[in-house]
Amino acid sequence: MLSIKNLHASIEDKAILKGINLQVNAGEVHAIMGPNGAGKSTLSSIIAGNENYTVTDGEIILEGEDISDFSVEERAHKGVFLSFQYPVEIPGVSVTNFIKTSINETRKANGKEDMPANEMLKLIREKSELLEIDRKFLSRSLNEGFSGGEKKRNEIFQMAMLEPKLAILDETDSGLDIDALRIVANGVNKLKNENNAVLVITHYQRLLDYIIPDFVHVLMDGKIVKSGGKELAYALEEKGYDWIKSELV
Amino acid sequence: MLKEKLLSSFMAFEEKIDVHSHLHDIRTSAIKNFESKGFPTKKEEAWKYTSLNSILKNDFSVFPKHENSIEFSDVKKYFIHEIDTYKVIFVDGIFSSFLSATTHDGLDVCLLSSALSKPKYKEAVDEFFNKIANKEESLTSLNTAFANEGAYINIPKNKVVEKPIEIIYFSTGVENALLVQPRNLIIVGENAHVQIIERHQSLNENPVLTNSVTEIFAQKRSNVDYYKIQNDLQTANLIDNTYIAQKHESNVAVHTFSFGGNMTRNNLNFYHQGERIESILKGITIIGNKQHVDHYTLVQHATPNCESHQNYKNILSDSAIGVFNGKIFVEKEAQKTNAFQQNNNILLSDKATINAKPQLEIFADDVKCSHGCTIGQLDENAMFYMQQRGIPKKEAKALLMYAFSNEVIESIKIPELKQRITKIIATKLGVNLGFDL
Repeated sequence: MLSIKNLHASIEDKAILKGINLQVNAGEVHAIMGPNGAGKSTLSSIIAGNENYTVTDGEIILEGEDISDFSVEERAHKGVFLSFQYPVEIPGVSVTNFIKTSINETRKANGKEDMPANEMLKLIREKSELLEIDRKFLSRSLNEGFSGGEKKRNEIFQMAMLEPKLAILDETDSGLDIDALRIVANGVNKLKNENNAVLVITHYQRLLDYIIPDFVHVLMDGKIVKSGGKELAYALEEKGYDWIKSELV
Repeated sequence: MLKEKLLSSFMAFEEKIDVHSHLHDIRTSAIKNFESKGFPTKKEEAWKYTSLNSILKNDFSVFPKHENSIEFSDVKKYFIHEIDTYKVIFVDGIFSSFLSATTHDGLDVCLLSSALSKPKYKEAVDEFFNKIANKEESLTSLNTAFANEGAYINIPKNKVVEKPIEIIYFSTGVENALLVQPRNLIIVGENAHVQIIERHQSLNENPVLTNSVTEIFAQKRSNVDYYKIQNDLQTANLIDNTYIAQKHESNVAVHTFSFGGNMTRNNLNFYHQGERIESILKGITIIGNKQHVDHYTLVQHATPNCESHQNYKNILSDSAIGVFNGKIFVEKEAQKTNAFQQNNNILLSDKATINAKPQLEIFADDVKCSHGCTIGQLDENAMFYMQQRGIPKKEAKALLMYAFSNEVIESIKIPELKQRITKIIATKLGVNLGFDL
């Protein structure tokens, strides 16, 4: 699905990623953990194509195609989805209108007609039920005045609507109470199948109790310093990141 | 050159129309003021950022040579045709009875020329005509000197006007270059409510200069909702001088949508003459190329316990120039005034310019006044967010600009007009998003 080879990236000449290698296969859930400032959010931004960062070396390959030079929207059209840590507010554009535009622009880019209105409505109903979102919420302006939990739930709702091949969840657990966390995780788990993959970026192990990873990677100072199974997340929770640091020395 | 032409035309004009002596005196002193002051230049503080020089080089016809008729089907799109409205329509400055839908049934929606000449309107004309317009201002004086045609609207006490009133000035471009000087007089009686939409529209690319004066008198507890649609061709120039006098507990809102035109200057003046008055001034300006839009506002707080709210949003691309000069004057007696002013600007190009100048002159000590001005580019994070959802750059930009203007769009009270404005914005931004922006 996704393979990242020797990825180096910088912002304003400051190196942030210093040779990342990562292989994610269809049907897998990977977690990337690490202390603040390790480059976790940078990695997710770069996979999504954020132009503020410069890729100085390496490749990002999605389903056999190098997407390093693709624009943000081209990557989205190919099935990359990034759930934002801080989703943006768009006053005057409703949740429904935004997702309709998003879906139809993606279809257009893939040579498909607009989704028929009744099909769209049905899909919206189905996916909003999955995320326990009520009707009133859908006509509100996108993210405007939403609580932290509502914003994240809305991100996963959009993910459910778009059915991406690769979903990157950037600190999706931050600002969530336990109920919202359960709803969000449940949504992700229901969307998960043999043909897609999920990359969970998180500081804490908490979310991984709900979205069980197949692999856990520890990112420190722009490099993946340790990989393992889900037990690695527990070890990190228990011993902290200093444990890895001391182990590395 | 144009000035001389105007001065010599004045005599001819006065001979042509039937005037009673009171009006004659008003016109004569107005032309004298214009003669001594002339057209404003950039040397004047109020015109520092806006030059009329290149516009005044045109050889404007001062009076249209003949009556021009146009078909409704050709201009239907400029009307809010989805709903029933009263209409006062002018073609090259001349009233078009064919396109209009006036009334005298319970309210007067008709022509200023008949109000000025018929005895039954004399009382109202004597009481209101040229009473709030600034007699020192040269362009207003120029308009007053030639004032004859425009809309006359008089809403009696307690009347809630169900249908909006559309005032549209078309220019056909049959004359090479045309100067038109509409004059509107609007009197809204106690407890009366009215919605008015004003538009100036050229039908071809011959240059037009419109020097318009509108006087609005909002009586006690009246409610006036006024919309100006400025989406003209880029050969048209508009100087809009609007003067509003508000009495006790009246509420007047003026929305100005400036998308078109070559040069547009909006002189919007509010004068408070009673307590617990509310004044709302809002605008959206979206311009590009070498377009120039200048908002020059004044709110004169002269009485206690009144409020004014200003909110202007400008989006400027290419070499467009925007000006926002907002003056709030709070007199000594105007205690407990709440006056707010907000001006937000997005510059989409390095060559676009905004000149923003808040002017607060406060002589009372117990007031709340604030102003805020922002100048920025489109939010990169927001662009990244939308592109990440598969929305291409151009559409994402449009959505952001729409979101930026939304605060003002939201306060449009006529749904069909709101829809029209959002459509104009979508067209202006060159996008079709599959839903009404």
